[in-house]
Amino acid sequence: MSSVGIKGYSYCLNHVPELALHYGSTPFGEREAKGESDFLHGLPAAVQTWDKAASYAPNLTYIGAMDYFDFEAAETPWTENHLPEPKRFGKYGEIMPEPEFICLMAVCDVFDLIWLEKSFAEEAAAKLLKDPVLTEAIIARINGLHSHVHEISEIEAEISGKKARPLYHNGAVAGCVRSGHEVDDCLFPYVLLENLACKAGGVLALMHLIKNSGIAPADVDFVIECSEEGAGDMNQRAGGNFAKAIAETAGCVNASGCDIRGFCAGPVNAIVAGAAQVAAGVRKNCAVLAGGAVPKLYMNSRDHVKKSLPALEDCLGNFAVLLAPDDGTNPVIRLDSVGKHSVGAGAAPQAIMSALVYEPLAERGLSFADVDKFAAELQNPEITLPAGAGDVPAANIKMTAALAVMKKAIEKSGMDDFIKKRGVIGFAPTQGHIPSGVPFIGTACDAIRAGKMHRAMIIGKGSLFLARLTNLADGGSFMIEPPEHGGAAGAVTKDEIRAVILDILSEAQPQ
Amino acid sequence: MDLQNQQRIKDAADKFGTDCVVVLGSSDAEGAEIYAETVSNGDPTFAGPLAGVPLGLPVYHVFDPVIRAECDPKAWEEQISMMEMVLDTEKLAAAVKGIRDQYSKNVPA
Repeated sequence: MSSVGIKGYSYCLNHVPELALHYGSTPFGEREAKGESDFLHGLPAAVQTWDKAASYAPNLTYIGAMDYFDFEAAETPWTENHLPEPKRFGKYGEIMPEPEFICLMAVCDVFDLIWLEKSFAEEAAAKLLKDPVLTEAIIARINGLHSHVHEISEIEAEISGKKARPLYHNGAVAGCVRSGHEVDDCLFPYVLLENLACKAGGVLALMHLIKNSGIAPADVDFVIECSEEGAGDMNQRAGGNFAKAIAETAGCVNASGCDIRGFCAGPVNAIVAGAAQVAAGVRKNCAVLAGGAVPKLYMNSRDHVKKSLPALEDCLGNFAVLLAPDDGTNPVIRLDSVGKHSVGAGAAPQAIMSALVYEPLAERGLSFADVDKFAAELQNPEITLPAGAGDVPAANIKMTAALAVMKKAIEKSGMDDFIKKRGVIGFAPTQGHIPSGVPFIGTACDAIRAGKMHRAMIIGKGSLFLARLTNLADGGSFMIEPPEHGGAAGAVTKDEIRAVILDILSEAQPQ
Repeated sequence: MDLQNQQRIKDAADKFGTDCVVVLGSSDAEGAEIYAETVSNGDPTFAGPLAGVPLGLPVYHVFDPVIRAECDPKAWEEQISMMEMVLDTEKLAAAVKGIRDQYSKNVPA
């Protein structure tokens, strides 16, 4: 039996309403097609401040500033029950305000793509330098930020004459993202903005991961990045590699990395790939991470504006998980029961849930009742319900309960109890790959360490058909549980054997 | 209904007319109504190829008893019975029927 330890985890949000207003795909597409329409006129009134975002229960749960089990009991609607005080930091990460995040994007840019106006840059950099998770490598880059600083007239000339995309602060131009190429649309400013935001989010999550795991940047030996962005040029569109770029910026000098893609199923596939490499002894400290997706900002805002609701999709989501050999001290991922939605399984929801939930349980002779929490697709329902997309995590746990009835694991009358007890309420931003089960890893590991939970299943599902290559969806799942004694956790290392032999030999020496 | 799917339905209707039956699988009644209206009376959002094109196609939800009766019980059990437990099947079928009664042509008695 192979198992891999989960040594640490981090979850961050980047509150970026001005990027959302201008570059979220819904407002961006509307502006390109129709100009300043009624929807776009109505959108600014729906924007929420950082204070609101940082006192909103789902966001605080995501960064670990609110315990998930307190969140389950929290008063709804969450939009009308903000916590009394905003919180920037939680035990897993932080909600970074927009000026600092734009500054971090500039810090992550090594191709002179981002230009910032002087006073904006100085103020944002001074605030960013106070962030307690910065690695030495990042601090050095912030101190070298002057190469990105330009006069506003230069920035405006770049925007009007060279198709640079403006960056805003309080509605005024505070910088720009320049074009990377004359004709290659993979290197146009919008794409580079998207990729640099994703990179910066990944860097922030990695720095929190390093701090939360109690390791040094040099201890990370591999990074797997699993967002939904594509880095490359026209000859190798989405060729990569976010992972190594993120490792470099964070100062992980001993790491290499690669990207794994699979829409919302990307993170589960990436974690399984990383865990397999650690279990095989190829890697020791493998960080699986992702930054956020700019186009998904304000994705459902048309419906939010129409219904006079706050536009909640103003945060990029980032996460990172550190996988390490199972030494018996950390919660583990079991590699002998990983859920896979095979090509032949069929596309019906029943077939998908059976492949992802039932089959991994059956493989180990476990029942549905052996899993305390099923975490699938954790989109915040206050975002999706007004947009007619339903409560996604609730739908998933209902399907799991129905499957349990079909497999005769529970009575039909027990479905409601099963759903209430074993479901997870959605608290993640609608950032595609981010809600896909992985936001619950932190809570699951903490509860397992505290002896309050025995097993959680993390489930990710991806809409592959959006790429027009196949009509199939995809999915993956794995289980997290306490380390076992006697397995890999209890195994004795060569060094330990050597130490015991030396002890015996030294005792056998004539006095 | 996304624009590509509207085009697919339009192409099929051009070929088969109202002999073509649309079966919806939407899990949401409001969504099912919009899809049903799109293929019978035209795209109510006026965004796609079916904007202002009343195809009049007969449209059903997969949970409509008429469709269920046509299905192989074994395939139903394997592929749909789980969702039958999860969703409000009567509400979904009724939502689509409401639209069908208004706009569909060539509906079998």
